[in-house]
Amino acid sequence: MAQATSRSDVPVVIDEEKCIDGCTLCVDMCPLDSLAINPDSGKAYMHVDECWYCGPCAARCPVDAVTVNIPYLLR
Amino acid sequence: MQIPEVTDRRHIECDVLVVGGGTAGTMAALTAARNGASVLIMEKAHVRHSGALAMGMDGVNNAVVPGKATPEDYVADITVANDGIVNQRTIYQTATRGFEMVQRLESYGVKFEKDEHDEYAVRKVHRSGSYVLPMPEGKEVKKVLYRELRSRNVRSNVTMTNRLMPVRVLTVDGRAVGAVGFDTRTGEFVTVSAGAVILAAGAAGRLGLPASGYLYGTYENPTNAGDGYAMAYHAGAELSGIECFQINPLIKDYNGPACAYVANPFGGYQVNGEGNRFVDCDYWSGQMMAEVKRELESSRGPIYLKLSHLPDATISEIEGILHTTERPTRGTFHEGRGTNYRDRDIEMHISEIGLCSGHSASGVWVDEHARTTVPGLYAAGDMALVPHNYMIGAFVYGDIAGEDAAIFARSASRPGLPEDQIEAAHELIYRPASNPDGPPQPQVEYKLRRFVNDYLQPPKTERYLSLGIEAFERMRIDIAQMGARTPHELMRCAEVSFIRDCAEMAARSSLERTESRWGLYHARNDIPQQDDASWFCHLNLSKDAATGGMKFERRPVAPYIVPVPGFVRPDGVPDELAPQGVELAEAWR
Repeated sequence: MAQATSRSDVPVVIDEEKCIDGCTLCVDMCPLDSLAINPDSGKAYMHVDECWYCGPCAARCPVDAVTVNIPYLLR
Repeated sequence: MQIPEVTDRRHIECDVLVVGGGTAGTMAALTAARNGASVLIMEKAHVRHSGALAMGMDGVNNAVVPGKATPEDYVADITVANDGIVNQRTIYQTATRGFEMVQRLESYGVKFEKDEHDEYAVRKVHRSGSYVLPMPEGKEVKKVLYRELRSRNVRSNVTMTNRLMPVRVLTVDGRAVGAVGFDTRTGEFVTVSAGAVILAAGAAGRLGLPASGYLYGTYENPTNAGDGYAMAYHAGAELSGIECFQINPLIKDYNGPACAYVANPFGGYQVNGEGNRFVDCDYWSGQMMAEVKRELESSRGPIYLKLSHLPDATISEIEGILHTTERPTRGTFHEGRGTNYRDRDIEMHISEIGLCSGHSASGVWVDEHARTTVPGLYAAGDMALVPHNYMIGAFVYGDIAGEDAAIFARSASRPGLPEDQIEAAHELIYRPASNPDGPPQPQVEYKLRRFVNDYLQPPKTERYLSLGIEAFERMRIDIAQMGARTPHELMRCAEVSFIRDCAEMAARSSLERTESRWGLYHARNDIPQQDDASWFCHLNLSKDAATGGMKFERRPVAPYIVPVPGFVRPDGVPDELAPQGVELAEAWR
């Protein structure tokens, strides 16, 4: 199957400065399992855009590193 | 990814398997454990934030509090809202056991609103009775349940698993004996042997495609993809009222609840574009949704939730509730659009279609003990057919299922698991990984759900429904070719198969019921009349063991146990007013 990569605006943004190395709370809490830890940086990021913009990731983050934006199509 | 062999699997044994760790599932686990059962919760998300209450709830919609309302009023209200087609015994349980549940939740630490006399501050939204009870700290409700599951007395009996997704219930001689699933992170294959199985997997909320086109921007939590509906169906259980869709009035685009229930007691209400009220009751029913749709499509559209006439302090209070519980990003959404409730009313629209008995009346057929038609298989919460059962009903039925399943499991034999069913489930789970270059799940799912919108959205007609069935049959081929590369993608692919099953059930049920009923929920443009002579009955569907196809059966409406003032049963069946077999009715008084 032919494939192409296309750029997409994802709703959950992590502040890598604040994000704690080794912490996985936001990754654990996401109902859609849309967050993951980047093995290179050790920081969380949105690995798939399956967001329900519900907010446990931001609510549980102990250092306010997670921002849930409204998905672009709904803004 | 590496596909495990069928024999390369983790095996878990328990007395009671609970599928889904949401509202009903957590309560089922707590009660089953209290009754001495060893319990396994299989949760594909994380129990702390899973299910419809992922981020909490601002209140309960259906608490029958002594002195404030009566079970009889509640049962009559719900009977009328469903055009009389209900099994009143099931609703009566929610009515009579709901208050005990409120008190049990309070003992766990959930706060319910009380007035200055320390009485429960119930509010009126339904046609006649007051059952809506706010929860001032409703955002903590799942946290409280999670804490309870981990408390000293419970945790030795309850195993919680996260990211473990079942795909099929296993049966032996027509009895539920376990389930098959996989770990959505590692891809590990898992089988479970259980004395009883409780399905509490939520609504089929990822059915219609939201107007935004965004796959996961559904009204319901999109993890609730109809898993339980599909698993019950394939286990041989009857489902009922699947033609009675769920459609809700929502904030346009954001697609979350506008919460007229919250705003009503503060003086907020729904208006049309001319600023006039157009429904006399904000309680969600098919009739109300028909009125909403008519208004939206008239020259008086759009519709709004009107708050701008309220004082600043009142609006701040409403914001305090709406922007912190259930869907906290609601505030972010309005901020982005520059919408302030003080000077601009909130544009509303109607949701995509779904199946849900929490809000509507489409689900797995259960009796007043939460039993499905398959021995050893129970259903509770949004997926179990107890009409308009909402959150209190999910808790009550979780509790009922937990107790009954624990008792059932005590004497249930533990036969060897059926290898043929395990192999079929293995194929369902891992097939996409054997074809990683096949069409990706988001595209397959978009296509499937676009057909749901094209052909199933009311008003329905025979021709469109038939085209829908053709499309859903065709989608079997797309699904067989779908490709996945990670365990996470396998989860989404399995969900697409559940969505397809639900779409086919919805189309065939809607085609079968040759009348219009329940307002917009089952509006047939080609047969606009309600036909009580032929259709004052439940329409149940199940899997035909011989052909593998769907078969239908009409179930008569059981005699009423509660009189319904002003409603005349078209079939003339007399009421049986003494509630028999319904426990706690006397204790309630």
